[in-house]
Amino acid sequence: MSNSSKDLDHLIELMAKLPGLGPRSARRAVLHMVKKRALLMTPLADVLAEVAVTVRECLNCGNIGTADTCDICQNPKRENGEICVIEEVSDLWAMERSHMFKGRYHVLGGTLSALDAIGPDELRIPRLLRRVRDENVTEVILALNATIDGQTTAHYIADQLGDVRVSTLAQGVPIGGELDYLDDGTITAALRARKTL
Amino acid sequence: MPNLAVESLNLSHFRSHHVVQIECDPRPVAIYGANGAGKTNILEAISLLSPGRGVRRSSAEEMTRRPEALGWKVSAVLRTQDRLHEIETWSQNGTARQLRIDGKAATQVMLGRIARVLWLIPAMDRLWIEGAEGRRRFLDRTTLSFDPNHGEQVLIYEKAMRERNRLLKNQVTDAHWYRAIEGQIAATGVKIRKAREEALEYIHAAQDQAETAFPTAHLTLTNPENIEFSANSDDLAELLADYRSRDLAAGRTLAGPHRDDVFGVFAAKDVPAKDSSTGEQKALLISLILANGRALKEQTGLPPILLLDEVAAHLDAARRAALYDEICALGAQAWMSGTGPELFEELGDRAQHLLVTEVEGKSKVDLQ
Repeated sequence: MSNSSKDLDHLIELMAKLPGLGPRSARRAVLHMVKKRALLMTPLADVLAEVAVTVRECLNCGNIGTADTCDICQNPKRENGEICVIEEVSDLWAMERSHMFKGRYHVLGGTLSALDAIGPDELRIPRLLRRVRDENVTEVILALNATIDGQTTAHYIADQLGDVRVSTLAQGVPIGGELDYLDDGTITAALRARKTL
Repeated sequence: MPNLAVESLNLSHFRSHHVVQIECDPRPVAIYGANGAGKTNILEAISLLSPGRGVRRSSAEEMTRRPEALGWKVSAVLRTQDRLHEIETWSQNGTARQLRIDGKAATQVMLGRIARVLWLIPAMDRLWIEGAEGRRRFLDRTTLSFDPNHGEQVLIYEKAMRERNRLLKNQVTDAHWYRAIEGQIAATGVKIRKAREEALEYIHAAQDQAETAFPTAHLTLTNPENIEFSANSDDLAELLADYRSRDLAAGRTLAGPHRDDVFGVFAAKDVPAKDSSTGEQKALLISLILANGRALKEQTGLPPILLLDEVAAHLDAARRAALYDEICALGAQAWMSGTGPELFEELGDRAQHLLVTEVEGKSKVDLQ
């Protein structure tokens, strides 16, 4: 890097570490902020400083927010007996974008992986089991990724949930998808999960 | 005649080759040249047109030409019946190998659906006497040629197995965790076992129906634990649960298709393959490769591409002529290597002949 200021170089270096940004896009972002110092850079710095202090994981579900209990867990309207289990907060946000699910969430924080030394205690699985017991839960929806580790984790949780109804997300043809572009496994799953019109 | 064939092959900084272009037709290809000239490297390049790590099972980094170490690329135009596919595979600066089919990023499974490539290399001469792993790998390549999804199932199985073995090694006793992993192992394990059994049936049928100069090998799938589970994944899951305490003591998974083996018998003499002479063992392998080719042709209408490294050297003139006749009858584009042109005389103009030489540290390929 050949910028005149060490601080600017440092800022670009940090920005380049963000997902989706590389050195080139980080330079562009920094230059843009410098041009919009009052409108963008200062408010961004203020919010960053504030959120860095206040951000925390919800003690109940693992979602992130600025209070000990997140907005979803505090909302009595979301207490409908359904808990959707997801791997990461980004999955929670994806579910929320659909506006379809009206229950509460439980963010595991990853998947079981013996090779990476991630066991049930490293995830929020014991906490999930307590919630299912204490919160009058009627259904647990396992919305985990369709990877080997995701499915192992789903089976592990389902194995321990006892009488409560356990479901998983359907797998198959995405909306707007063309069969020609799907792999064999997805088509097989879609065919198995076919429904009467 | 319908055919699966390489129509052109380009190597760039691959092993001993600097930049090489080979144009060919569907006939077999005889490659000759001195030791170390770069013949096997051509076969290895073609083996990368099918799923897996190729004939030498090398890493992408090992395939790069030294001393430049700039990365390498293999690209080929492959004809399958009336279609042409452009396949490119490469690695830069020691990074993982990448693959493109017809200009689009592709997976190894997709490659398996296009190209079926079978091979016989000198390292396989000890197949019948070495450990079970080599025979299992041989069986899996045969199985993969019939079932392109087999490789993916094996990968899932191995991943789940590594997870279970880590739990066993760490002396974890959480039964729920074991059950979750064992469910995955069982689901893929039964598919793997079934696909392997079917592949052996296809091979046996192809051997029985053929008139061949090479001896028939009877192959039986064996397992040290003598376990029966092929019909139902629940059986295998139950078996794994039963073995759990024993596995915990051993620190690894003792039962399952990962311990399958193939027991070969020289049928005409009823002698185990491992006790047959060196020449007979080689003949059995050739017989199996040819049977695999015939079975594939029967199923798909296309014979596979064959890679036969130094195969002629171990055969007398009569056997060599018989091998060439059978390859031509099969209609396979067989890429064969040997040290001199005399080894391929019996082929005449039924094949293309390539001379590989080394000039100033670079392999040079000339059509004869």
